[in-house]
Amino acid sequence: MMNRQGRPSQAAENTSRTTGPTSTGHKALDLSEPLIFEQDRPGQTGVDFEDVPLSRSRLGGLDRDQSIGLPGLTESQVVRHYTRLSRKNYAIDMGMFPLGSCTMKHNPRLNEAMAGLPGFADIHPLQPTSTIQGALAVMDQLGDWLIELTGMPGVSLAPKAGAHGELCGLMTIRAALEARGDARSRVLVPESAHGTNPATAALCGYKVDSIPANDEGRVDLEALKEKLDDDVAAIMLTNPNTCGLFERDIVEIAELTHAAGAFFYCDGANFNAIVGKVRPGDLGIDAMHINLHKTFSTPHGGGGPGSGPVTFSEALVPYAPGPFVKQAGDALTLDEGFEPEAIGRMAAFHGQMGMFIRALTYMLSHGGDGLKQVAEDAVLNANYILSSLQDVMSPSFAGPCMHEALFDDKFLKDTGVSTLDFSKALIDEGFHPMTMYFPLVVQGAMLIEPTETESRESLDEFIHALRHLAQSASSGKSNSFVAAPQYAPVTRLDETQAARKPVLSYQPPEVDAAE
Amino acid sequence: MRYLPLTADDRQDMLASIGAGDIDDLFVDVPADKLLGEPLNLPDHQSEMAIERHMSALAAQNHAAGSGPSFLGAGAYRHHVPATVKHLMSRGEFLTAYTPYQPEISQGTLQVLFEFQTQVARLTGMEVANASMYDGSTACGEAVLMARRITKNKKVILSGNLHPHYADVVETVTRYMDDDVIRLPAAPEGGLPDVEIIDDLSCVVIQNPDVFGHVHDLAPLAEKLHEAGALLIVVVTEAVSLGAIRSPGEMGADIVVVEGQSIGNSMNFGGPYLGLFATRLRYVRQMPGRLCGETVDSDGQRGFVLTLSTREQHIRREKATSNICTNSGLCALAFSIHLSLLGETGLRQLASINHARAVHLAEKLEAVEGVSVVNESLFNELTLRVPSDAAGLVQRLADQNILAGVPASRLFGEGTGVDDLILLAATETNTEEDIDQLCDALQEALS
Repeated sequence: MMNRQGRPSQAAENTSRTTGPTSTGHKALDLSEPLIFEQDRPGQTGVDFEDVPLSRSRLGGLDRDQSIGLPGLTESQVVRHYTRLSRKNYAIDMGMFPLGSCTMKHNPRLNEAMAGLPGFADIHPLQPTSTIQGALAVMDQLGDWLIELTGMPGVSLAPKAGAHGELCGLMTIRAALEARGDARSRVLVPESAHGTNPATAALCGYKVDSIPANDEGRVDLEALKEKLDDDVAAIMLTNPNTCGLFERDIVEIAELTHAAGAFFYCDGANFNAIVGKVRPGDLGIDAMHINLHKTFSTPHGGGGPGSGPVTFSEALVPYAPGPFVKQAGDALTLDEGFEPEAIGRMAAFHGQMGMFIRALTYMLSHGGDGLKQVAEDAVLNANYILSSLQDVMSPSFAGPCMHEALFDDKFLKDTGVSTLDFSKALIDEGFHPMTMYFPLVVQGAMLIEPTETESRESLDEFIHALRHLAQSASSGKSNSFVAAPQYAPVTRLDETQAARKPVLSYQPPEVDAAE
Repeated sequence: MRYLPLTADDRQDMLASIGAGDIDDLFVDVPADKLLGEPLNLPDHQSEMAIERHMSALAAQNHAAGSGPSFLGAGAYRHHVPATVKHLMSRGEFLTAYTPYQPEISQGTLQVLFEFQTQVARLTGMEVANASMYDGSTACGEAVLMARRITKNKKVILSGNLHPHYADVVETVTRYMDDDVIRLPAAPEGGLPDVEIIDDLSCVVIQNPDVFGHVHDLAPLAEKLHEAGALLIVVVTEAVSLGAIRSPGEMGADIVVVEGQSIGNSMNFGGPYLGLFATRLRYVRQMPGRLCGETVDSDGQRGFVLTLSTREQHIRREKATSNICTNSGLCALAFSIHLSLLGETGLRQLASINHARAVHLAEKLEAVEGVSVVNESLFNELTLRVPSDAAGLVQRLADQNILAGVPASRLFGEGTGVDDLILLAATETNTEEDIDQLCDALQEALS
């Protein structure tokens, strides 16, 4: 077969592909790269400084006289090092990243450019407020957007990530309860919850009481009623939940919770599915964190930084932590005086300002109309995947779903292929795998979140790949799954060895004493 | 809308293929009266140019520290970040990747983390470091909780010269644990607190250099605490100081937390930053946060994975060492790139320039009538005593576009005995002219 340039598109049949290592260890564009510590040329550096007259030391006799052990490289070597490493990563910029619960959507570069403006990046958190009016205006505007979008009257911008927001929200709830002299000891958390929910409840000194899911993937209302009593401080619920489903009974759950004197915490990780369509405040929620890195597309950056503002109902506002931006005449001020009844400072400064700028830029880009479209397209894309795969994979629950489609491993029964193998095979097909084995309420879970920024073509390609894999698994070709991935920079890694004999930093090879 | 690829036709086709009449058929589980009928009170979508105008106008209302002399420190520092750092960290393969849960296609991020952990361990003089925390202050809170898990004791002593915001964070995070946090009074003149060994003592938290800039030898305190079965937590807010001052590890620290912003990261009005967290190997299983470890793939070649995750919330849930679910990935990358560029030689040079600048600043300030430098020892921060009302003085200088430092009362509160103190920092970014301008303006304001 010839391609459009008239060259053969496949190797001639008699040229067999040579496998096996190259002499360099490189594989064309996949270049192997040693650690920086293995490239050390002592004395070398990638930064030149101006000459500054050095003074006598005033370090109190505590000069660091031992070697630190940092390698010396020039700028050119450093550029090559990180460029080579970057190419061993999958990223949204390269392709679809349908990692359920994580909302891997396109990261607009305008957001990066705005956050990099010197007027934002080069300001110190403790400058006099007269010199940072624009920064305070950003916080103020972001807060207004979040209040309008959630229908909740208060917002705390301090928390530095989703889990930090949970901590902020749940501590605020405890402060409100204690203020009315109401010591309670339990927090209700569905079995399907993110692990951060029970971990947060424990940090607030609460015992965790699990609520089972019903066979429709939602909170079992009867079980909830049984557990709700005057010892329950709060319920922590994700909505849409981690199965990708809207909690139909949410209004009743809120009413029952409030009737029991407890508060309703919502994990807002999945706000992307309802932004501009439904306001959590209208559902009776008292506190909700919003992962700006999910719904509002601040980049995930290989695992952070996040940002997790929390919105509050009227009842909780007095106990929420600052700092707060306030209007004082014509100017804005930053109120850092924490009220005695509020929970106190969450972090050294005022929250993730760099993320606020990105999120506000994203909001302004979309507008109210665009954000509603975000939710609708995210939900449409997920349902399109659910419906296109339901005959070859096994959906855990009947649709429609919200922004993510959940499958279990029933369709892999007796194939010799596990959820893990299936996911790894997807790597070879050029996709980042879906979330595996979460939520825990489903056997061998595969949670697919396409987000609204995938085109019809990329959805179809993904569906095609999954259909192909599902059919190949059921036709007994398990070997290729177990060996996957074959085209990644490394094959499957031995995680057991990593945990049993932890090597957590570079150790130079031991020099033979005889040498 | 430039970020939404579905066309109207796509949407119609897809709804038809699902078997839905219109989009709200997919929102059928939402109680009908809760679906928003009216549009929200928000502007419609806007062009890139319109947003650039809006955001640039806001940015212009801020006084960027680089647009005049700036001597602000106290937990955030203005350093030069080489152009290479921003260039490399902005690569989409780093910027738009997720937590490396699928190691085969995340070796870039994972190798960076492994190198980062090694850099942090060496810098702090400790055996093991994690993949970073939110910032220095929250890392400090986590360190106190970790000490509790190790010692099973409840009492925590915070040095009065620990950054007050860090002390506040410790109080917040332990608020509903039954820890007993004791805050010692501030000692602006320096001197290590004479820590009394009390019953049930878990740890003592000391900042070095402290918030007033004094440098301390912590070895005797470490020895005393270890004899009593308690831990020493050392906090460093200025990471560059580790290039000049004997490491916390050499002085006997058990847990070291560092604000890493100084290396590779802009000030960003307080965030995002990164907390460095290091400890002794024997405590690793009590450590919070992500850890990256070395292993091999099925062909025996070296590779890296996230490891020891049985400490973490996604496995252990309410029994986890922390609720943390993130690291400060991109900030850690920036830190690591900058430190790779510096290397041993560059970091030491950077640290000595910072020190020289601050010593020079101290000398020049001493020549200003009516003020005095409190410090004997210092790295790149010092405390200045002025005749009165430091906050008013700082504001007057700010009105002349000189950011003269942080009034201590901003951190400790007014009327706490520090109203006449200003905390100043000098870094490699401060020129001779900056220092002269500050001293002249100060002299004028005081005369």
